[in-house]
Amino acid sequence: MDHRPQAWGRPRDDVYGAYDGSYLNNSGPRTVTQSPVVTGTSVIAIKFKDGIVMAADNLASYGSLARFTDVKRLRTFLGTTVIGFGGDVSDMQFLDRHLEELAVDESYEAEPTIDEDDQEAKKASQLNAGNIYRYLQKLMYQRRNSFDPLWNHILVAGFDSASKPLLGSVDLRGTSFTSPSLATGFGAALAQPIMRKYAATEEDAAKLTREQAVGVIKECMKVLFYRDARSLDRYSIAIVTKDGIELKEDEQLEKQSWAFAERIKGYGTQTV
Amino acid sequence: MTSIGTGYDLSNSIFSPDGRNFQVEYAMKAVENGGTSIGIRCKDGVVLAVEKIITSKLLKPGANKRIATVDRHLGVVSSGMLPDGRHFVDRARDEARSWRDNFKTPITTADLASRMGNYLQAHTLYQSVRPFGITAIVGGFDAQEESPVDGEVGNGPSCGAGGKNPDKKYGGPFLYMIEPSGLYWGYYGAATGKGRQAAKAELEKLDLTGEGITLEEAVKEAARIIYVAHDDSKDKEFELEMSWISGKDGPTKGLHQEVPKALREEAERLAKKSLDDSDDEEEEKKDGDKMEE
Repeated sequence: MDHRPQAWGRPRDDVYGAYDGSYLNNSGPRTVTQSPVVTGTSVIAIKFKDGIVMAADNLASYGSLARFTDVKRLRTFLGTTVIGFGGDVSDMQFLDRHLEELAVDESYEAEPTIDEDDQEAKKASQLNAGNIYRYLQKLMYQRRNSFDPLWNHILVAGFDSASKPLLGSVDLRGTSFTSPSLATGFGAALAQPIMRKYAATEEDAAKLTREQAVGVIKECMKVLFYRDARSLDRYSIAIVTKDGIELKEDEQLEKQSWAFAERIKGYGTQTV
Repeated sequence: MTSIGTGYDLSNSIFSPDGRNFQVEYAMKAVENGGTSIGIRCKDGVVLAVEKIITSKLLKPGANKRIATVDRHLGVVSSGMLPDGRHFVDRARDEARSWRDNFKTPITTADLASRMGNYLQAHTLYQSVRPFGITAIVGGFDAQEESPVDGEVGNGPSCGAGGKNPDKKYGGPFLYMIEPSGLYWGYYGAATGKGRQAAKAELEKLDLTGEGITLEEAVKEAARIIYVAHDDSKDKEFELEMSWISGKDGPTKGLHQEVPKALREEAERLAKKSLDDSDDEEEEKKDGDKMEE
């Protein structure tokens, strides 16, 4: 009898030939996590004078199938920061749970022993949007270096340690930057030019009122729904200010006009 | 303890012939020397308080907290050996985290008490370890409303199997006390440490089992009880540390937090006042007795 464990329960080598264990040698890179499965499309955000407005629709697509229509892609962190996720939904859930863990760790920290009434000092001792933004950037870059990226493009909105509005973007390669307006996915092509018309620079953004900013975002969501085939007319919108976060998760696109569609020719079963 | 010196008190895992585990009983002695800790379960939350004996004037006031947060909705305070208390908290945090990893939902107060009870009990079984020299009070507020699991993205079904029942109330405030033996019970009011007898007597006077008292009342009572319990041992200065947990619609929004400075100072002021008043009464009584004589 052959006593080697790898031979147990195997057909006899002299009859069937040697065991081909080549499939066990997974020396190549892992590839299962290198393509997204259930995905969310654009996230868009714009700064205004008191804060930031962010929006994303409530759709999670399975390829081109509109699979889940009530998916909340704007997540809040510690009641001060909003994080919008484009890309793979399961990776978003992973990150959401990971951030939840960070928030729990944050609560372990005893209250600072400085004067409790000093709100500024208290704020400075808490994780803020700037910290989360840089943390996510490092996390995403580390994951891309291990060829196991989290397939997301993330927008972070909140306030930095100087209590200035912060809007940052991190993609699946760890590329990160901040800007007065940001969009992920298709939005980078369709919504970004519209938002730039209103807030090309930080100075322009600092002149926008909250109503104007919300108006711009709603307009962009409408354009995205017109042109992006993986989008939905139900969306979430979050407004981050110093007072906290207003998050509405079941908004409906209003005043749509599909008149322009008449003029589009050459698609589908259309023959004319 | 008549059986001391008979050899049965040298180890865990060996019973004395009359069925006692002396190491556990000695651990309880360690607890009885620690500063008083109390917990009050009221109708809309839980209050934890501890008498923090100041061992040195060189320690910074307000630093070196004794009440710890385990998960966001759970707090722990303990009396006895401080390092054992620290380890208890570390372990409780690990348990709370692994519960979240497994079930994607916060651990309930009862489940945490059960896990920690088992952990302490395991330390009464083996020669290689000693029992915990602490009695811990665990307070928590389990979410009362239908809450999403961690990372949940959709709404789920609105009715039918797995559907929502918006009227149903879950959870609520809970309080447990875990002893070195691993014994744990749920309590309306719990006290441990040096002043536990006086504290228990005061806790029993409160209406905790019936209608219940409000969180703010409980904060004031907790401060008063710690002051009363301290009264017997006037030897050392102490600091009062208090934390509270309310539901989502209460002052802490379901989180375990330190009681705000203003409220704590007010509670301390009232506590001192009530102590002075009762002293005066006693003096008056004495004076009265004398006059009768």
